[in-house]
Amino acid sequence: MTFEEIKNILVAQFGEIISADEKGLQPFIILPSKNIAEVCRYLFEDERFYFDYLACITAIDNGPGLATMELIYNLNSIPYGHDLMLKIIFPRNTADQPLPSVSTVSHIWRTADWHEREAFDLLGIHFENHPDLRRILLPEDWEGHPLRRDYEAQQKYHGINVRSEN
Amino acid sequence: MSERIKTGDGGIILTNAEDLMNWARLSSLWPMGFGLACCAIEMMAAYASHYDLERFGILPRPSPRQSDVMIVAGTVTFKMADRIRRLYEQMPEPRYVISMGSCSNCGGPYWEHGYHVVKGVDKIIPVDIYVPGCPPRPEALIGGFMRLQEKIRGEHPLAPELFLEMQEGVPA
Repeated sequence: MTFEEIKNILVAQFGEIISADEKGLQPFIILPSKNIAEVCRYLFEDERFYFDYLACITAIDNGPGLATMELIYNLNSIPYGHDLMLKIIFPRNTADQPLPSVSTVSHIWRTADWHEREAFDLLGIHFENHPDLRRILLPEDWEGHPLRRDYEAQQKYHGINVRSEN
Repeated sequence: MSERIKTGDGGIILTNAEDLMNWARLSSLWPMGFGLACCAIEMMAAYASHYDLERFGILPRPSPRQSDVMIVAGTVTFKMADRIRRLYEQMPEPRYVISMGSCSNCGGPYWEHGYHVVKGVDKIIPVDIYVPGCPPRPEALIGGFMRLQEKIRGEHPLAPELFLEMQEGVPA
């Protein structure tokens, strides 16, 4: 199934909220962040798509200037062999605000569990209804989310200087 | 008892207890079998048949309780630092540490921008021998072991500490 066909079916199903960007090398669908779980459920269950494989979730921080963050979902259908890129863009939080929150897709694809934990660990995105949202790579008591543009490493961790002293 | 032909060799070696202990220690350095990153691959190559560390009496042990030397082979992250300190504390004395490769020597390529890497394993445990390289070849690791053997050869395991301090001219 081509991108055009997928897009037309999605627009017929969900209407205005679906838009497409076909300028780049790989076309993608943009949708509001609150609809991500609903659209993913449809892509997973509909017999025409059968996107049974979530290849990866990429999280991007656009920095305090643009004040947005992005999540990119790469879906793949193993029986049909077609793929799709979904993108959501949502506002970023400042230091005194709670983390931006997006609905989890881990109830659709189990693999999203760890992908979302990584996005939470390194970029500080909260996933609603995630079964076990803990840090996955960094130690549990680490402060901050290192892949954020404005990240400053802490001075000491368990009594060891984080920065090189010379 | 069978009669032996007298050759003049009594089959006796004269030495002192200190040299004998040092010789025994340096001839059976048992490292703790663990690796952290790409240096561990070179370390494994050094254990394997091409370089054959066992000819020096060096064979990896699966427990810190049975180990004499810890080879910190690879990048020490902050998450790993607590574990390394704990493993070191579990080793019986006398214990030695070989820091293998740039990462564990000084942080290596992560020394400036790596938020997650300890800038040298000597920040958490005392290091006896530093082996430079990224990663060091097995020859370099063998060289490190030989330097450690030299260090052990010069030790005084039986001398009272007070005597050693007097010898060095340090007030007790």
